[in-house]
Amino acid sequence: MTLSVTAPSGATHQMADAWRRQISLRRLYTVLAVGLLLAAMFASMRFADEANAGHFFDRLPHILDFLSWLVPKDWNDVWRALFDIASPHDTGTQEFNFPLGRVYVWGGFYIPEYFELMLTTVNVALVSTFIGFIFAVPFSFIAARNLTPHPVLRLVVKRFMELLRAFPEIVIAGLFAAIVSTGPIAAIIAIGLHSIGALGKLFYEINENIDMRAEEGLRAVGANWFERVRFADLPQVLPNFMSYTLLRVEINVRASTIIGAVGGGGIGEELKLSISRGFGAKTLALVLLLFTTIFIIDQFSAWLRRKLVGEQAFLMGA
Amino acid sequence: MATMTADEIRSIEERYPQVFQRPLYKRFAPLFLFVGILLYLIYALWFFSLPQVLRESRWERLPLFLSQWVSYDLQPEFRLDQPEITPKYPRFSALGENPNPDWVIKNAEGTFSVLIDGPGKSVTFDKSKATIVANGETVPVSLTDGKPVISGPVPDWITAHDDEVVAKMGFAGEVRVTVDRVKVRKRFLGWANFVFDTRSPFFGKSAGEVVSLIVSGPELKPGTSNLALAGDNIWNNAQWQHGDVWTKLLQTIVMAFLGTLLGGIVAFPLAFFAARNITPNGLLSQVLKRFFDFMRSVDMLIWALFFTRAFGPGPLAGSAAIFFTEIGTLGKTYSESLENIDDKPREGIKSTGANGLLVQRYGVMPEVIPVFISQTLYQWESNTRGATIIGAVGAGGIGLKLWEAMRTNSNWANVFYMVLLTLAVVFIFDNISNFLRRRLSRTIHDYNRIQAEQG
Repeated sequence: MTLSVTAPSGATHQMADAWRRQISLRRLYTVLAVGLLLAAMFASMRFADEANAGHFFDRLPHILDFLSWLVPKDWNDVWRALFDIASPHDTGTQEFNFPLGRVYVWGGFYIPEYFELMLTTVNVALVSTFIGFIFAVPFSFIAARNLTPHPVLRLVVKRFMELLRAFPEIVIAGLFAAIVSTGPIAAIIAIGLHSIGALGKLFYEINENIDMRAEEGLRAVGANWFERVRFADLPQVLPNFMSYTLLRVEINVRASTIIGAVGGGGIGEELKLSISRGFGAKTLALVLLLFTTIFIIDQFSAWLRRKLVGEQAFLMGA
Repeated sequence: MATMTADEIRSIEERYPQVFQRPLYKRFAPLFLFVGILLYLIYALWFFSLPQVLRESRWERLPLFLSQWVSYDLQPEFRLDQPEITPKYPRFSALGENPNPDWVIKNAEGTFSVLIDGPGKSVTFDKSKATIVANGETVPVSLTDGKPVISGPVPDWITAHDDEVVAKMGFAGEVRVTVDRVKVRKRFLGWANFVFDTRSPFFGKSAGEVVSLIVSGPELKPGTSNLALAGDNIWNNAQWQHGDVWTKLLQTIVMAFLGTLLGGIVAFPLAFFAARNITPNGLLSQVLKRFFDFMRSVDMLIWALFFTRAFGPGPLAGSAAIFFTEIGTLGKTYSESLENIDDKPREGIKSTGANGLLVQRYGVMPEVIPVFISQTLYQWESNTRGATIIGAVGAGGIGLKLWEAMRTNSNWANVFYMVLLTLAVVFIFDNISNFLRRRLSRTIHDYNRIQAEQG
């Protein structure tokens, strides 16, 4: 760009004016967009507040009341609840019946109830992620534009995965709860089906960005579709696949807690009961356990993902 | 292709030791991984006692439930122990108060015929005998001996119990005959009374009749226009509850929108303090990052249960739960993208003597705002899906309604209606978000290109 030191000519004036007009127009658009967003936000707040059972400003002074039942009379009860140790406050009510939940494995050795429930929730997440991975990998190769064996097949698989992704998990869980009885199996089916769709989408987007030269090389020596996918494409995408699968494990642990709360078993159900009945010590023990588990899984998965694909693992949605 | 000599093979092996002589643990890693996963799956089989669950599951219910998604049935009952046989329909049957369907025929000789699927699948009966026709076979059932007796061979689609004969006719329905009553279930494809319920004055009228009533008919309810009446009748349809369903759907949308937006607004300033390259204070950055992790790890479910207790069930609790989780998620993603920015624009602005705030405004924001918006849209999209589920624990929206409709195992058509609406919402919002994000990524792309061109 050259700067003219002479007096600005008419053309430069016009350019500057046009530039200024453009800037002010852009500013106007920005202001309008932000204004619209704020208006929508306040309208939504009003709507949410009116539709709610308790209203925001009525309930706000009572927030601390609600915290007060959470504080146990004896802080040691939190540990006792967590490890199923008898409490001196036990009066036979459900609030302090900690030892009842012990799951005996071997003689006097037991797993505390909450750890067993947490294990169920984590197992649900792991098994359903595995189901998702097993189906998503072949689907993703069929759905990728550059690798698909047939365009019609690609469209069918893509739509199918979209449907699985968008279908409310809770409906699948409810449907299968009526068939295989309520419990973790229905949750596995629901979360597993959803994972197929979610992982499949991420996987085929990775597949569409691969380097095609290895594929062409194998094509040149007469490899068929399976051989090309296995030896040219899979090695390129596997680290990314694993990274997204680990991310999915994090999401699925949360999903399985929530599905658990609506009848899928595991720790979610217990937490919901405990909060709705106002059992302070039990709730704190459950929250502590759930929080720690999710935190550990998140950190471990983040570490593993960083090892697998580097910083790339953390660029989402951009 | 020419064959390689042993020397050539050896020389290649020597040149690439990292390929041909990998350490043992690396060579067998896939095998170990495979065996590990296999062992875990066997453990999971045992843990969930899968064989037992599968043995006890009732898969025959699946096609039944799925068929109920898109069909409804009518169940007329005929008492044979009354002086005169008359069809009786359950209360709130889809036919309204004075049912007179053309598939229930009173014959001249005093018998009744019910056509379940034309004359090919039907039952004809009087007080002394019933004749069931299906699959090309005619089965007479005598009712005079105090229990139903089939004369002749019993086909496999009929089950003869001691006091009842059950004839299953597939999707079309079934017939149950005892000595004192005949019960028919006839299944129809479609959704019954989707627009007007049986109490509405518009019930049973064709679309043309309804339109002409609305346009020029006399007022059906004095003081209200027919258009308002029709709208009110549709909105308050007792069977489908359109008004309630759509309101709950809007609640779900609002929960996701409000929670994500507020989360973004709070996370935005915090992310600047959490990004290590922007905030020199390492302690503050660490504290904020752990705070984000905390908000994320205290799951959306826990927040939803707490806020449901604090505010009562409803969308306010749901919005608050999404809001708290999103502070963590968006705070984390925002600060991570801030740490990945190019430092040169900031240095440029700093060199002009601008203060801290101006450096962020002109040196950082132009680069990250499109990325932030894109990340927020992505979360909005995924929260729209997530809001359905947390609704079911009491946080408002369509989730709770879905869950209630499913608990009874009888209202699958309503469930399907709500599922279709939810799917439509998710598809629409996915597309809006994808469209906006594509536009934004073009902006990001252009920005990078211009930067690259200028060196």
